[in-house]
Amino acid sequence: MGKTGIIFKRELYAYFSTPLAYVFIVIFLVMNGIFTFDLGGFFIRGQADLQPFFSFHPWLYLFMIPALAMGLWADERKSGTIELLMTLPIRLRDAVLGKFLAAWVLSGIALLLTFPIWMTVNYLGSPDNGVILAAYIGSWLMAGGFLAIGSCMSALTRNAVIAFILTVAICFVFVSSGSPIVLNAFSGWAPQILLDAIATLSFLTHFDAINKGVLDIRDLLFFAAVITAWLLASAIVIEIKKAN
Amino acid sequence: MIEISHITRKFEHFTAVDDLSFSVAEGEVLGFLGPNGAGKSTTMKIITGFLAPSSGRVSIDGHDIAENPMSAKALIGYLPEGAPSYPDMSVISFLEFIADIRGLSGAQKQQRIEKVINDVELSSVCHQTIETLSKGFKRRVGLAQAILHDPKVLILDEPTDGLDPNQKHQVRNLIRNLAKDKIVIVSTHILEEVSAVCTRAIIINKGRIVADAAPAELEAAAPAEFIIESQASPGKLEAFFRSVTTAGAQ
Ligand SMILES: Nc1ncnc2c1ncn2[C@@H]1O[C@H](COP(=O)(O)OP(=O)(O)OP(=O)(O)O)[C@@H](O)[C@H]1O
Ligand SMILES: [Mg+2]
Repeated sequence: MGKTGIIFKRELYAYFSTPLAYVFIVIFLVMNGIFTFDLGGFFIRGQADLQPFFSFHPWLYLFMIPALAMGLWADERKSGTIELLMTLPIRLRDAVLGKFLAAWVLSGIALLLTFPIWMTVNYLGSPDNGVILAAYIGSWLMAGGFLAIGSCMSALTRNAVIAFILTVAICFVFVSSGSPIVLNAFSGWAPQILLDAIATLSFLTHFDAINKGVLDIRDLLFFAAVITAWLLASAIVIEIKKAN
Repeated sequence: MIEISHITRKFEHFTAVDDLSFSVAEGEVLGFLGPNGAGKSTTMKIITGFLAPSSGRVSIDGHDIAENPMSAKALIGYLPEGAPSYPDMSVISFLEFIADIRGLSGAQKQQRIEKVINDVELSSVCHQTIETLSKGFKRRVGLAQAILHDPKVLILDEPTDGLDPNQKHQVRNLIRNLAKDKIVIVSTHILEEVSAVCTRAIIINKGRIVADAAPAELEAAAPAEFIIESQASPGKLEAFFRSVTTAGAQ
């Protein structure tokens, strides 16, 4: 097992040795239930797909993922264990990646545990399971994007609550930049190229595309790029700020 | 051999470590002394590669800590100030984690973990989560973690702080009985500890070295006006310590 794997294992173990993992999973499932069946009008729509389920995910992640990510580095600095970790013979990228992957896998477990919703829709009708699989992948990738932002914000401060608020704020910008409210505010006076650029950066635009069953390599690459960029930023921030 | 050459560390406009140079050879147990805020912990953070110096170099057994951090860090066992460890983990799983990172596996890993648990007497709290341990036990966990891979270089920032007298004695024995080819740097505010375990003492004040010699030599150099009558030899060392670190001295 590589060094990344050892860090990953410890982090995942830490999530499950505190109530955090269980609270996260339960709340995630309950919120999904409410959003899908109640607000999303899953039954009323009378369509055999999971559109209402997935279309709430960006907004659900907006508050849940920062809660998962806020402690990643802030706690490490607050308790001083960052000094222990950074003087062990590991590379910074092992630590950044191992921590990120542990949180990402936890969010993946929560996502997989929504399978009863998938079973329900298959019981009631015959949905396109390819589309559903694509949307699951898209949702998980989007969670990864949120988490990478959270990792960077958590590295900026030793206070987990501040990390939470910063993450929500930045994620909100990334989600909403593709929404009509923001785009309308720019349209009319801003050049089209800027409008396109803003919309391109939006998680919503790319996730909606995947959610419709179009598994375009560009949308996948978008999330991969977002994750990579924010993890790199995390590493840089940690390197600069670790001793303060 | 550890070689520290001209390290300086500035924070904003404040210089915590000021052009420090010294080297420590195999077999030496170096006591690192100085008043609060002298720069002891900062120096140790630089030696172990946690902090980058503003200028200067550190080389551990020929491995530059900045250029070759992986091989340098593999040689070092480090107890940071305050002995931080992961509060949610049990003692045993914490030590297993450190062993994994240190590349220990199989029978050797088990044997090393058992050995350090014995050395610092942790067997009674093995399965307890670290956050529920008393201060002294937390410190012992930090020590166990530092010596787990039987490192060539041991850097201990106030290892006996918060330990009971028996454990202090035990830890001093542990340091004394380390193999003779090891390099040890210990910081402490307990001066009789220096006489007891160290072969050499460096006193720093305001980030600069103000004395560097064997403890006995420092005792002998204590100026008469700092010696309070009827003090035993640890008292003399204290006298010397005060003479080089209090305002108006030197
Ligand atoms: N991150 C930091 N930012 C600003 N100043 C710092 C920082 N870290 C340390 N210092 C300052 O550097 C000086 C040296 O601190 P250091 O912790 O090395 O002292 P020390 O010799 O270990 O003291 P003690 O005996 O109290 O442990 C102190 O004045 C401290 O305030
Ligand atoms: Mg200190």
